[in-house]
Amino acid sequence: MNHGQQQPVDERSGTALEEPAVPAPPPVIGPGHTFATVTDKISAVVLTQPTSKRWYLGFCFATALVLILLYSIGYLLAVGVGIWGVNVPVGWGFAIINFVWWIGIGHAGTLISAILLLLKQSWRTSINRFAEAMTLFAVACAAIFPVIHMGRPWFAYWMVPYPNTMGLWPQWRSPLIFDVFAVTTYFLISLLFWYIGLIPDMATLRDRSQSRVGRVIYGILAMGWRGSARHWHRYEKAYLILAALATPLVVSVHTIVSFDFAVSIVPGWHTTIFPPYFVAGALFAGFAMVLTLAIPIRAFYGLEDFITMRHLQNMAKVMLATGLLVVYGYLMEAFMAWYSGNEFEKSMMINRMTGPYGWLYWLLLLCNFAVPQLLWFRRMRSNVAVLFVVALVVNVGMWLERFIIVVTSLHRDFLPSSWDMYYPTIWDVLTFLGTIGLFLWLLMLFVRYLPMISIFEMRTLLPQAEVKENGQQTAPGQHSTEGK
Amino acid sequence: MARPPIYGLLAEFDSPTALVEAATRTREAGYTHTDAFSPFPIEELTEALALRPTRLPLLILIGGVMGCLGGFFMQWFSATVDYPFNIGGRPPNSWPLFMPVTFEMTVLVAGFTAVLGMLALNGLPMPYHPVFNVPRFALASRDRFFLCIEATDPQFDRQRTRQFLLGLHPREVNEVEH
Repeated sequence: MNHGQQQPVDERSGTALEEPAVPAPPPVIGPGHTFATVTDKISAVVLTQPTSKRWYLGFCFATALVLILLYSIGYLLAVGVGIWGVNVPVGWGFAIINFVWWIGIGHAGTLISAILLLLKQSWRTSINRFAEAMTLFAVACAAIFPVIHMGRPWFAYWMVPYPNTMGLWPQWRSPLIFDVFAVTTYFLISLLFWYIGLIPDMATLRDRSQSRVGRVIYGILAMGWRGSARHWHRYEKAYLILAALATPLVVSVHTIVSFDFAVSIVPGWHTTIFPPYFVAGALFAGFAMVLTLAIPIRAFYGLEDFITMRHLQNMAKVMLATGLLVVYGYLMEAFMAWYSGNEFEKSMMINRMTGPYGWLYWLLLLCNFAVPQLLWFRRMRSNVAVLFVVALVVNVGMWLERFIIVVTSLHRDFLPSSWDMYYPTIWDVLTFLGTIGLFLWLLMLFVRYLPMISIFEMRTLLPQAEVKENGQQTAPGQHSTEGK
Repeated sequence: MARPPIYGLLAEFDSPTALVEAATRTREAGYTHTDAFSPFPIEELTEALALRPTRLPLLILIGGVMGCLGGFFMQWFSATVDYPFNIGGRPPNSWPLFMPVTFEMTVLVAGFTAVLGMLALNGLPMPYHPVFNVPRFALASRDRFFLCIEATDPQFDRQRTRQFLLGLHPREVNEVEH
């Protein structure tokens, strides 16, 4: 291939967008951008900007956590699940709490990339790429937990239907097998969706990379993409249909995760509200995580033109709405415990509110109900610091929710003689911290080596991307000034 | 048919509007072996180049149906024929409980068909293509728009086609080597 960078094209540096004092809906992209500046600004993060010291520091920190994860898992494999705090009434503990928490975080990525695409919400464009990456990495972290929780993780492949000398099949009537299929499908479809979105941007990086290694690697990943109209035509169809497939998929995944609980007869789990309540909780947690990541990344890489206040405000609104759905779920759980007249349900609910873990329940309501109400106020929604803190609080709240669902339902079951308390051990905590490290580690590699904002979709947002009807080439402002 | 001396002629434009207009006029002039290249999808080109609708949605439908039937058959076969066993008195063919896996298999196979089908119909991966020989074509992934008339076109004539393309007010016209 013979690609040269030719003739400098007139560059117009994007002027930074001033935050208006009273934000009327801010634009989805800062003013003054052209196809060239959008391309250059996003690809520069990968290709030309020197890797900063802070990135290396962060990467070392994440790597240290990944090593802790590897050590914790190695020790677990050597010794067994006895190193964890799980005991006889509370057999699920941290492993399942973390599994559900991570899977939930992934869901916002699919919502942003697929559902908002179908709803033609063009503001999603600048956040969908890293929201999808977040989905992939979160699902990867999630998948670790059920596997290492199995006791003999080296037999994990027994859950997959494959011809085997034992003549056995998986047990199709079990939600745990549903889980295997749901999580695997979710991971693979998210990966495909992410990769198909990356192909045209890989071609951009291939054409703009100065180094031979970069050209070869991005060239392989771009698979020879050349932007042909015929290719775009099929590409757009495939992308849209994939979005339409991912939309029911994401709902099915957390529904099936909730079946793990709801199909059992444990009080506190055996309830029909679980599927919608889990899906809403997943979106709530996921949007909180997108905000948690987007706010520092946009400041760090100076991407305020692309991830504008409008994005942050919209995400805050979605967080508020899904948070209220989750609170409705809490109300219904309590109401049904009382209205059912079922003694075990009632005592479970009273124990949840006033028992030994009661303080966590009220902390959960503080995190997931009280604090997000700040987002009703526009002044709060347009304050980046407030948004960041609220998002962090919601992340904690959603983790507490899963803790309460798992632990308070199990630790006092039907017979008082089998009641016990659950306390995590240091290995539970280290494994959890380790997966947070793995998540950050993957995310840092991603922002360093891949375009974190979809370049080709950002180009379509520019006013000059529109085809004028009667062939008037007057994209007002920038475009007509470029030489003829 | 003897191989033409060059692959075709490539005209470079500044804006999507110019490209769509040029593509329309090229089609009206009777050229059929043409292609356009742009840094982002342009819906209007479908009409301008008279592209035929793609078969991809049909393929995806077939993939989805096969995933659905295959997924259900796997569970039905294992639970009723190959290894029936009694779980809590449920019938061997307890189909409502087979739905989640059936659904996931539908989405999985349809999704793979969408991506692999798109790549296959587009002829990708294709590491080499003649248009890459034009150095300025690297801008097709940045901010430039290209229209190519291929030499295999019955109306193609190295001089006259060049004149025709120049009449469309491009930035420049380049010959594409094989």
